[in-house]
Amino acid sequence: MEYEAPDDLLYTSDHEWLRRDADSQDEVTIGITEFAQEQLGDVVYLELPAEGTELTAGAPFGEIESAKTVAELFAPVSGELIGVNGELEDRPELVNESPFDEGWIVRVRVSDAAELDNLLDADAYRALIPED
Amino acid sequence: MASPHPYIPATEADRARMLERIGVDDLDALFADLPAAFRDPAIDLPPALTEPELIALLADRAAENAAPSRPNFLGAGAYRRSVPSIVSHLVSRSEFATAYTPYQPEISQGTLQSGFEFQSVVCELTGMDVANVGLYDVASATAEACLMASRTTKRQAAALLELIHPGTAGVVNTYARGAGLRVDVVASPDELSDEHACLVVQQPDFLGTIVDLEPLANAAHDVGALLVAVADPFALGILKAPGDAGADIVTGEGRDLAGAPAFGGPSLGLFAAGLPYLRQIPGRIVGRTKELHAPDDGEPRTGYVLTLQAREQFIRRERATSNVSTAQALIALGFTIAVQALGPQGLRQSAELCYQRAHDAARRISALPAYDVPERGPWFQEFLVRGPMSAPELSAALSEREITGGLDVSNRLEPEARDALLFCVTEATPDAHIEALIEALAEIGDEV
Repeated sequence: MEYEAPDDLLYTSDHEWLRRDADSQDEVTIGITEFAQEQLGDVVYLELPAEGTELTAGAPFGEIESAKTVAELFAPVSGELIGVNGELEDRPELVNESPFDEGWIVRVRVSDAAELDNLLDADAYRALIPED
Repeated sequence: MASPHPYIPATEADRARMLERIGVDDLDALFADLPAAFRDPAIDLPPALTEPELIALLADRAAENAAPSRPNFLGAGAYRRSVPSIVSHLVSRSEFATAYTPYQPEISQGTLQSGFEFQSVVCELTGMDVANVGLYDVASATAEACLMASRTTKRQAAALLELIHPGTAGVVNTYARGAGLRVDVVASPDELSDEHACLVVQQPDFLGTIVDLEPLANAAHDVGALLVAVADPFALGILKAPGDAGADIVTGEGRDLAGAPAFGGPSLGLFAAGLPYLRQIPGRIVGRTKELHAPDDGEPRTGYVLTLQAREQFIRRERATSNVSTAQALIALGFTIAVQALGPQGLRQSAELCYQRAHDAARRISALPAYDVPERGPWFQEFLVRGPMSAPELSAALSEREITGGLDVSNRLEPEARDALLFCVTEATPDAHIEALIEALAEIGDEV
């Protein structure tokens, strides 16, 4: 099956996406890709840090739990956590239903914009998705 | 060829072939790395006995034990309880007694239903929101509670209020060492700091005194720590539920209500917590659910499942909440049947009876000329007795009269415990035993 990976996002090889805010240079929104949610199955719970927590690129910052498994969430970039998608507390299934939009997970103020250059563009990410 | 060994299936020929295959000359060469002195130590054993001789020897040895019917006033964590006889009848049914949780647990709906009911009973008794299906014993349950508090608060120290059972404290220390957790024994909640993940309090405490949990819970919460109450579930028949007094985690020992302790076990650790800590709970949790699609001829059926399994080690590996995946299912079933057979009223009456009988006995002992029953505050079923001689001497004098007295706590720090034995009288202590005790104590007092 063909997985969606919108052209305007950046990606990590851990199957997370990052969207730069239109009106702010250093604020970004982060979630997991359609492929990732498909692999996890029904998401039932997210364990996320409090706003204000400092994230380090590549380090785990939370967990995403599905009916069958649990996976760590890795910070695509370093920065301060400035928002958590509170909707997910009651409706974690949004991650499955709308991974690139309503199912966003956290917002981060990037501390080093140069780190964004390490991320993948949509073409590079699509090449990483295994075909089955 | 030598005749085969009765228990070792490999013959000489087998050995020779194996040695040849791996290129070793003889068996000794395999053990060359062991110092010679340890290779074939002489074992000094008497000649083997025949089966009848052996049985006779063991019967003699067994006869040296105190008779099981001997009056016994030990408590300190294991209590004689009046267990409704329906418990042993149901628990010994082969469907329960010989069952083992299959690796697809949902195939055994009865086992899971009994686990769910056990959890419900534990929640009602402790006043907590969620309980697991049980752990090994109160000590390991309390150690798990400390680890859980540490995960939740992200702090690396646990505080134990002094009068906790030494066995429980010992197991907490063992678990803590591996987890890098510091364990502080504190005399008062004033010693708590923001380094502590939890304050652990036993209810009633090790010397039998009933503890006012609420101020302790407040003190713990003031420094951002959790309150862990280690509560006797039977005493909860008349005591305020720890959850209503502010406890965040409640552990306890369920063995006594399931049946008599045999050589100290098998035990049953109770573990319950408030809803905010649901995903940090160790061990297995049974959930109740309903079919999504009703069968053609009726309502959707109820089913039981092991739930919230992503906490567990087979999924979360080294980040699991605990490495426990064992429950004491049969003991938990006995506990559940006992509590349900008694019901809320019955449990209350039984606990009241226990309280009254213990207090009557204590009053009668303190009325004896040479005896003193120092009180440390309101208490439930255990009390200190100081006699006309040292605690070990009093214990020995009772033993001569075929009575097992209280536990020697004379080496404890509390002034009231100095030179004292900790006696336990429950609703199940026979009247005749209490009479025998009073008589023996009076006699011992007269002889001094």
